[in-house]
Amino acid sequence: MGSYVPSTHQEREEMLHALGLTELRDLYRDVPQAMYLDGKLNIPDGMSELEVSRAVSAMAAKNRVFSTVLRGAGSYDHYIPSIVKFIPNKEEFLTAYTPYQAEMSQGVLQSIFEYQTMICQLTGMDVSNASVYDGATAAAEAAAMCRDRKHHVTLVSAAAHPDTINTIRTYCYGTGDEMRIVPMKDGKTDMDALREMLTAGDVASFYVQQPNFYGQFESAEALGQLVHDADAMYIMGCNPISLAIVKTPRDCGADIAVGEGQPLGMPIGFGGPYLGYMATTGKYMRKLPGRIVGETTDNDGNRAYVLSLQAREQHIRREKASSNICSNEALCALTASVYMAAMGPDGMAEAARQSMAKAHYLADGLCAIPGVTLRYTGDFFHEFVTDLPRTDEVLKALEEADILGGLPIENGGILWCATEKADKAALDKTIAICREVLKK
Amino acid sequence: MNYPTNLQYSKSHEWVMMDGDVAVVGISDFAQDALGDVVFINLPEVGDDTTAGEPFGDVESVKAVSDLISPLSGTVREINEELLDTPELLNSNPYGAWIIKIENISDSEEMLSASDYEAFCQSEEA
Amino acid sequence: MKLIFEKSVPGRGMTLLPKCDVPEVKLPGELVRDAAPALPEISETDLSRHYTELCQHVHGVNCGFYPLGSCTMKYNPRIDEEMAALPGFTNIHPLAPAHTTTGCQEVLDTARAYLCEVTGMDGMTFQPAAGAHGEFTGVLLIKQYHDARDDKKRTKIIVPDSAHGTNPATAAMCGFEVVNIPSAPNGCVDLDALRAVLGEDTAGLMLTNPNTVGIFDENILEITRLVHEAGGLCYYDGANLNAVMGVVRPGDMGFDCIHMNLHKTFATPHGGGGPGAGAVGCKEFLKPYLPQSALMTGSDRLQVRSFAGNFLVVVKALTYIMTLGRQGIPEAAQNAVLNANYLMAKIKGTFTPAFDRICMHEFVLDLSEFKKETGVSALDVAKSLIDYGMHPPTMYFPLIVHEALMLEPTETESRETLDWAAEVFRKLYALGHTDPEFMHNAPHNAQIGRPDEVKAARHPILRWQKV
Repeated sequence: MGSYVPSTHQEREEMLHALGLTELRDLYRDVPQAMYLDGKLNIPDGMSELEVSRAVSAMAAKNRVFSTVLRGAGSYDHYIPSIVKFIPNKEEFLTAYTPYQAEMSQGVLQSIFEYQTMICQLTGMDVSNASVYDGATAAAEAAAMCRDRKHHVTLVSAAAHPDTINTIRTYCYGTGDEMRIVPMKDGKTDMDALREMLTAGDVASFYVQQPNFYGQFESAEALGQLVHDADAMYIMGCNPISLAIVKTPRDCGADIAVGEGQPLGMPIGFGGPYLGYMATTGKYMRKLPGRIVGETTDNDGNRAYVLSLQAREQHIRREKASSNICSNEALCALTASVYMAAMGPDGMAEAARQSMAKAHYLADGLCAIPGVTLRYTGDFFHEFVTDLPRTDEVLKALEEADILGGLPIENGGILWCATEKADKAALDKTIAICREVLKK
Repeated sequence: MNYPTNLQYSKSHEWVMMDGDVAVVGISDFAQDALGDVVFINLPEVGDDTTAGEPFGDVESVKAVSDLISPLSGTVREINEELLDTPELLNSNPYGAWIIKIENISDSEEMLSASDYEAFCQSEEA
Repeated sequence: MKLIFEKSVPGRGMTLLPKCDVPEVKLPGELVRDAAPALPEISETDLSRHYTELCQHVHGVNCGFYPLGSCTMKYNPRIDEEMAALPGFTNIHPLAPAHTTTGCQEVLDTARAYLCEVTGMDGMTFQPAAGAHGEFTGVLLIKQYHDARDDKKRTKIIVPDSAHGTNPATAAMCGFEVVNIPSAPNGCVDLDALRAVLGEDTAGLMLTNPNTVGIFDENILEITRLVHEAGGLCYYDGANLNAVMGVVRPGDMGFDCIHMNLHKTFATPHGGGGPGAGAVGCKEFLKPYLPQSALMTGSDRLQVRSFAGNFLVVVKALTYIMTLGRQGIPEAAQNAVLNANYLMAKIKGTFTPAFDRICMHEFVLDLSEFKKETGVSALDVAKSLIDYGMHPPTMYFPLIVHEALMLEPTETESRETLDWAAEVFRKLYALGHTDPEFMHNAPHNAQIGRPDEVKAARHPILRWQKV
């Protein structure tokens, strides 16, 4: 069996004797005898490292790794530069706790300060926190930030990611607040419906995803105008890769910018760990939940970094805190920072442009096949929905060719995604297979 | 510790100075000393109602947050916005740094004179 | 240390992507960003060295002793990382067809089965991303349970005053009123105080056992019985599970639901503050309320984040559990407890344990007498430890002990390390009596001196800006 206890049995005996005890059982004298397990734990025996390596690798081998991934829907298969995989694996970063002790944690604190700066650059916002769990919780926390006694309703666009909508619903259920869904029209938020729903006086905020779940660009500025006209707060959930080239949430009028940071160097990894980024304007700085790192000086006057604005947080406000979050996804934030630094402004823009170009190439190719149409005709980024007959057959044929096709969605649609990783050959092959299947 | 005699004090360590029908409210020297370095203050909005004995805002130090308890029931007439940018005034000049002004006063906590309040603080410290 | 932005030179960068092999597409004008984000422009050499310099200013548990109470900083095995980095896990899309992800399902099913056995629970979700997130999920189970029975009067959650700050914050996030109850003099639940607040408005009790002062509550069966009798449910905060895993099960203590911190008890790395994983287990009757991803399952259940949670962290925890197995799990717990008691005994005679008795996996020192004698505070002692290359213990927690230092050595430290740590504490005890001034100014050899936290909070600088 495996063990990470360094002391030998001899040493353990000696330590017990030093305490005046004879056996390990004596350490648990407060545990009622009836519930003491006494070695009856019903799981398999432990293993050596080689055995466990074989066993877990065998599980990994049962999964199918596709050479081309044309599926997104909240989990995006971008190229991850080698150095981005390497740096977060350094044991110092990997195995440190939250940087409460600033004198021993300047490296982590500075890396978070740099992350916060990069997120502000990307979103145009003034203040970023040190990250939260993922994009869905970032949206839910942002919505909670906007609610007060008089404004307890959160409006959410129906074109947002279903998991994000459901997470916001869950957080609202917790506090007894209400979420209302703003319907969709032609694959985008229905502006007229939003205008109508904003007339209720108790609306705290409106959340929209840009580009939305179906890949469509929303009229983000116009939406923001409507929201502000109704004195509500405007939350935008933005794809961070797209922000290298697309108008910032700040310029669209957002009060809070959030999003799923996974595309910034994190593997798709069956859904996690991912990264929720969260930024706001100076006005709402002290309402922002989560960890925040600030710059200060030490007692010699040198620049130093600390966890700051802690009086907002649960360990001080306890039941009066607006969120119970007391950690971030520091290693994922580090990953994102290394990614953004490695790519630089040009590289990020290139990844965004290529993803968009490849998605359009794929869409054009598919729609040239008789029977295939685009469900929504608005401008899109790197995702789009097709309608075609025999969805299952198409996806199965692609699977046999080592291609993970788009995600089947309601009413026979397929939500496709392309990133810079898909080369022209793979896209041509995808189109050819679809054509072949649909010819029958 | 300083206890100006022209003010009245509540047991939750706020001071009150009456200016006609309007009450000016701040925190005492004893309170600021106990709080330590104040880093931020959360203020109510003008027009909000206050209730005697209930919180109307809070002050943050680095590792603590403390409610500000209203000595009076009434309406917030004015707030001292200068404190949002320079909360340190609460430490350096507690009797100069008023926090809110209350009008339409309808009810009050038990208020102490300077000498009674000083005795009360000494008993709290003991 | 310079910031990465201060090392940026326009025009520098790396060659990462090939030229685009399909026609370019123009973004509609009204969508175009005004100016490119000012991200760093840096060579790979400088990028690598920048982060190497940063990591040299970080102390991880794999670098040295880290007795941070309540945080279970045990060694993080490398094999766990290697397994989680297998392409067969990292390259799997969460929405890929089920028949292509049977390995991921096996990971989740196996981890669920083993952890249910360890905790005495019947069902489990891995969706929560952290301990606090798990608490939220667990208390939502309680809320849904009462709601489903249309039992609307249950509005209160009972939390002992020794609890982690997250407990009351979580209860509030779930819309419950928090009722704090005082602890008995031994730090355990005061049964009379509990009885006094129990009633038909009780939704549940949140408790950690062993508690935050490191003592196993011997009245635990009576406590859970009383709560159930009043119609409430019992929530187990698994923060301290490392003391008892494989020795006794929360399910057998009478708890209905539980969260675990896989990043504490099951050795997955903390990563400087995350990602962790907060698995939540429950008894059979609460299983219908466990969260699910709307997109993955099409269900109308609640959910607390996207997809299936921090899956790769679960891979690490499973690797750890499979390595330890039937014998290794209790062995780890027993040795965590042994190490804590050994260290406490070695320190005794200098700093005073707040509760002088057999402890569980952690213990609390009460420095209030020492502070009276010397003027040296728990903070001064903590900062002085940094000069010895030891991460300080948890400070000023739990709140019921004044001048508290809470130490949790974990089972992965050797006797030599514990002897050395005790020696350092003894030295500092003596130093406090001879040169308190030196300790007020500690640390002396750290990366920085004590930072000015007041300045940071009064006039926040939260991002770098070009001057």
